[in-house]
Amino acid sequence: MKELKIFGIVIVFTLVLYWGVEPFAHSQMHKHVEGDGFAYSDLKAVTVKGDAKRGETLAAACIGCHSIEAKSMPAPMNAVASAEAYGVNPPDLSMAGALLDEKYLTHFLLNPAEVTKSKHFAMPPSAGSEQDAADIVAYLQSFAPKEVKPKEAYEFACGRCHANRYGNWTQIGDVPKTKSNIKTGVDLDALKFQGNLGIYQNKLADYMGKLPPDLSIIIRARSEHFLETLIEDPQSQLPGTAMPRVGVTKEGFEKVREYLEETGDPSKPARESIGKWVILFFVGFTILAFFWKKEKWHGHH
Amino acid sequence: MSSRRDFMGKALGGFTAVGGIAALYAMKRSWDPLPSVKAAGFTTIDVGPAQENVLVVEKWRGKPIFILKQSKDMLKDLKEDDMKRLLKIGDAHYMVTVGLCTHLGCIPGYDPESHGFLCACHGGMYDSSANVTKAPPPRGLDIPPFKIDGTKLVLGEQGPEYEKMLADGTTLPV
Amino acid sequence: MAHFDENAKPFSHKWLDERLAVDTLDRVLSTEYWIPKNINFLWAMGMILAATFGLLLVSGIFLLMYYQPNTATAFDSVNYTIMSEVGYGWLWRHIHGVGASVVFLIIYIHMFTGIYYGSYKRGRELIWLSGMLLFVTFSAEAFSGYMLPWGQMSYWAGMVITNLFSGGSLHANGLVEWIRGDYVPGQAFLNRFFMLHVLLLPLAIIGLIVLHFGTLRIPHVNNQDGEEFDFEEAARLYKEGNVKESKVIPFKPVFLSKDVFVMGVYFIAFFYLVFYHFEFAMDPVNFDPANGLKTPTHIYPEWYFLWSYEILRPFSTNIGLIAFAIAQVIFLTLPFLDRSPNVAPASRRGAFKYWFWFMLLDMIVLTFMGKLPPQGIWSTVGLIAALIFMALWIALPFITKNEKKL
Repeated sequence: MKELKIFGIVIVFTLVLYWGVEPFAHSQMHKHVEGDGFAYSDLKAVTVKGDAKRGETLAAACIGCHSIEAKSMPAPMNAVASAEAYGVNPPDLSMAGALLDEKYLTHFLLNPAEVTKSKHFAMPPSAGSEQDAADIVAYLQSFAPKEVKPKEAYEFACGRCHANRYGNWTQIGDVPKTKSNIKTGVDLDALKFQGNLGIYQNKLADYMGKLPPDLSIIIRARSEHFLETLIEDPQSQLPGTAMPRVGVTKEGFEKVREYLEETGDPSKPARESIGKWVILFFVGFTILAFFWKKEKWHGHH
Repeated sequence: MSSRRDFMGKALGGFTAVGGIAALYAMKRSWDPLPSVKAAGFTTIDVGPAQENVLVVEKWRGKPIFILKQSKDMLKDLKEDDMKRLLKIGDAHYMVTVGLCTHLGCIPGYDPESHGFLCACHGGMYDSSANVTKAPPPRGLDIPPFKIDGTKLVLGEQGPEYEKMLADGTTLPV
Repeated sequence: MAHFDENAKPFSHKWLDERLAVDTLDRVLSTEYWIPKNINFLWAMGMILAATFGLLLVSGIFLLMYYQPNTATAFDSVNYTIMSEVGYGWLWRHIHGVGASVVFLIIYIHMFTGIYYGSYKRGRELIWLSGMLLFVTFSAEAFSGYMLPWGQMSYWAGMVITNLFSGGSLHANGLVEWIRGDYVPGQAFLNRFFMLHVLLLPLAIIGLIVLHFGTLRIPHVNNQDGEEFDFEEAARLYKEGNVKESKVIPFKPVFLSKDVFVMGVYFIAFFYLVFYHFEFAMDPVNFDPANGLKTPTHIYPEWYFLWSYEILRPFSTNIGLIAFAIAQVIFLTLPFLDRSPNVAPASRRGAFKYWFWFMLLDMIVLTFMGKLPPQGIWSTVGLIAALIFMALWIALPFITKNEKKL
């Protein structure tokens, strides 16, 4: 039938056009990066077995800079003072054992700058031997929680450098609820918080070369593949970047991704559930319209 | 034949109307107050520092809130109905109301001498428990939902004292 | 003085007819607005455009309720308030974004249908001209709307496109700063493009749509064979009940029933894109907030501007600007550059048949090249395609002049 042939031509041209400006153009613009599935294949397998008991003794060195809230060990300094000392606030280690890859973490303790692929990484080598490193890792794993919430994963892995304003998160914690003075409208607590955040961000920008971007809506700005390969190895997507390799496990990345979706694309579940019904509605509409048209054109040819 | 033709047209029209109603629902939802507006509907006020016969003005959901700690003089002028309008926190009595005239929403002014409110817009008057003493306002100033927490008041939450006021008609829901 | 029946009930049919001539209006505009029977689904594109414009208008109204035209808050008002706070705000935005992109696909189909069947001459010149003016205003509407989310692509598109007006002596006149109201795209720029997008350009579009419909009424729409026939005679046959012999159908309800069916098919595809496949219309780069100190690695216009962008790109500044300016207006001259009196499908018009398909393919090649990084082989292909585009327009009067009269 002639009309179907014309329809076919229109569809073919439309699809060719789409292919050219979307998949083809993007394949030419962005180099393809093959992921490693968070296997960290460049690092040698760890041959020794860690001893958590010994690790606990060795970890005494850690708490000079880090807090371990799970063990009720507080941070020696607050976030702002830490940034002034090191450039960035060292993470709380409660979840390190749950979110970081075991092999990565072992090598990391031996040589942080090399393993993170970040030349001026603030943390010095912190284990004397592979055995020491494995022991500390075993200790960190001994109290790691079974289940980590998406936001906690983000705070630990990303949140000390990257704010997320749609999630109410800044590099120094959640934006607190404050109240302005009824007579003047001045909110002193909020101003103090902003001041502290400003100090932190300036120090962080000095340390990293620039202020790492807010990740509120990064899930819509970058493909999932980009985010996955970037977090696995920042140098693969952004050669020369100051962002360190964090060393999260596959599950850890999943948690981070979940949080980014919550803040950046919260309508996704609604879209997917309502979409089906809207499309179904128009299928019904089209079927009815087809029969209406058939009736109206009856006897015209 | 022709009646069947009409049927298809009507069926299509009816089906389209169902879709139209669904679209109207989405449009209605788009006009609703935003979640952030609703979440900001809670304010905590410490009434501890309030002084007798000095009107404190706070803000809740964008509206002025009047807080007036009652002195002995003020209390003795109040009737039983007026007393029901007051909040007892510790040993003291407080008047806590939305500071908008129940007539048409102007803000009444407080006169510490006469222990009364006067709304300049249309001449409505209230006593120190914010009960109406002169028309046109139809009733006393409305009491916002509150919960007593020590010397603090959480506005926007409904405590047992507020629920009792609602139940016996002392105030209307805001 | 017209006759008014004193016994007619207010707002009854008779009462309204005496005051508004509703019967006449209905007859002239729909039940006796005659459409040729010999048409295909491409004749429904006009109604599809009207429906898409309606969707853009309705979704735009809801976006307007929460959008803030302020460089500090615009991005978050779109991406946070509308996308995650407003009930169904994401739906309006997705409809608006996808609609703005898809409307151009339909415009191009509509346009090339007109070119293919020769529906721009012998009395239909004004249909073509008003339609092309609509294309230009839709382009301006799309561009001004693209500024509003104030993302990286908004900012840099604003920067690059307004800089087009800095060529040659225009630069000395400060035209770019005048357009922007600032040295860079800033608050004044965002505010004035907001005004253009939500008021001035929509008003112009609505006016032009009315004009476009008006130009259609007297010459009537074309048909698949470009056949000219007596509409009055055909209408008489139809009204006498010889619907089979008559060459025409009334707009309402016969033509409309086909329009509505095609519209249904279109809406299935449209809402599939809205819910599940919108990246092509909502560029990921624009989800990075505007940053005046960092240009994105790849910048490119939306797909519907790529062909004219590519005509600009391969040349030096001034020649490129002239070529670009010509590309913007050249389609307006089509009824006058086509020297053949034939109104017929391109397939029956000898050399014009090749002209049509070469033009279509060349514009697709230009579109592809417009998005690719301007390097190596792509630059060369783009340059050749741009030259072919120019050459085709120069050749048009000559090949149509020698066309055999059908």
